[in-house]
Amino acid sequence: MSGNSDRQTKGTLLEVDDLRVTFPTRTGIVQAVRGVSFSLGRERLGIVGESGSGKSQTGRAIMGLTPPQAEVSAKKLRFDGIDLLSMSSSRRRALRGNRIAMILQDPKYSLDPVMTIGRQIVETLRTHEKVGKAEARERALEMLRAVQIRDPARVFDLHPHEVSGGMGQRAMIAMMLIAGPELMIADEPTSALDVTVQLDVLNILDRLVAERGMGLIFISHDLRLVSSFCDRVVVMYAGKVVEQLKASELREAQHPYTRGLLNCMPRIGFERHPLPVLDRKPEWAA
Amino acid sequence: MTAAITIEGLEVIFDRFRALKGVKLEVREGESYGLVGESGSGKSTLLKAITGLAPVAAGTIAVNGKTLGKTRDKAFYRDVQMVFQDPYGSLHPRQTVDRLLQEPLAIHAIQDGEKRIERALDEVGLGKGFRFRYAHQLSGGQRQRVAIARALILEPSILLLDEPTSALDASVQAEVLNLLEEVRRRRKLTFLMVSHDLAIITHMCERLMVMQNGEAVETLTASQLIGHRVSEDYTRNLLRASEGFVRV
Repeated sequence: MSGNSDRQTKGTLLEVDDLRVTFPTRTGIVQAVRGVSFSLGRERLGIVGESGSGKSQTGRAIMGLTPPQAEVSAKKLRFDGIDLLSMSSSRRRALRGNRIAMILQDPKYSLDPVMTIGRQIVETLRTHEKVGKAEARERALEMLRAVQIRDPARVFDLHPHEVSGGMGQRAMIAMMLIAGPELMIADEPTSALDVTVQLDVLNILDRLVAERGMGLIFISHDLRLVSSFCDRVVVMYAGKVVEQLKASELREAQHPYTRGLLNCMPRIGFERHPLPVLDRKPEWAA
Repeated sequence: MTAAITIEGLEVIFDRFRALKGVKLEVREGESYGLVGESGSGKSTLLKAITGLAPVAAGTIAVNGKTLGKTRDKAFYRDVQMVFQDPYGSLHPRQTVDRLLQEPLAIHAIQDGEKRIERALDEVGLGKGFRFRYAHQLSGGQRQRVAIARALILEPSILLLDEPTSALDASVQAEVLNLLEEVRRRRKLTFLMVSHDLAIITHMCERLMVMQNGEAVETLTASQLIGHRVSEDYTRNLLRASEGFVRV
């Protein structure tokens, strides 16, 4: 891992202080995110946790994609100095896809099934920039080439169901990068892909994030994958941050939840029968 | 040692697509055998072909020495049970756990149902409190435990496991894997387990077969895989991918 230090914290891109997301339900209020705080520079930050830990809702709240019935509050939620919470929804919308972009888990569901891949990329570009049709097409093709799609002219005219999962996710990345965002939120971007394809997609994402100097929030349940990809890791449990640490110092993790999560996965060459299981303590959620 | 499952020249064809191309496999009695490969490699289709859920075009499947015909009889299903990947999809949403567990007992006209249900729930670590709950009142791990209880209630000798933990969180996965190992030891079961995760397969299985595009790439023992003593590039790629992201 080279060049991490000079990429880190060159100015703060995103400040999150005491972020809370609550959902009203029939049985009362559910607090999905309970006071999450972190800041992000032009670096790669991983948010790790198990289902229900609030990691995805944190990402969605930053993006402004929380469902309307839920309530988002924070002492501070600022992107590049702009307060996101007091912003009008139309200005927020202009920001979304332009300066902040998001990659979702499964390209099967996140791409429009009745629109060709090329048109979707062009649509994103022309929503945020005034460019002519021919130029937009040229830039979309160039972007497809950047995500290592070998025959971009062919893929441009395909519908999402005609491409593989790995190809679909590359198209998604191309679509998200075309407007040149400064912050990218990737919510489980490779979980729906085969292990061998996973690495290709991560390599592309890694290179593009580094070249363009973006900030990246990588949300995943896979602690080991995140720590091999990110500079810093935030570990979440029951809507709260239980630990923040440098990815390189994961081995020295202090919190029993982080340690348990690292420990309970089977590893090739480390025989342990039975596997250590997580002994959940109520005070972790307190 | 006798063979629990013997498969020769197995072909499965969906319309014009050849999902399995002459696969050969032998699983010994009491063994835990793994199938690995990426999506579309045919590993799940192989399990489905054994249970009679995939159109077999050619080849033979023998279970406990008996060659299977076109249809499976009741005795086969008493001997071979399957646990599916998605615990959210494999349990009936409008049946209680009790009703779910009654079903196989009713089909096979087994009398001591009451005792068996209690024992099965106990064995998977759920206890009586879960007996009259619905699937939606259970977590993913608890649901998978119910699916395992349902498979065990007929006292089979062979368990087919199709990615039994890939829909679960890592910590819950550890619990379910431990449970599976424990019931295998206690009941001397034969496992045929599908997973895309090499670490899970080396943890659970003694031998494994790597598959790609409906064909066997190679057959290995777990210790050969752990020691990286593999001969095919494809397996080497899988091994590298399982070690996580490395910045180039």
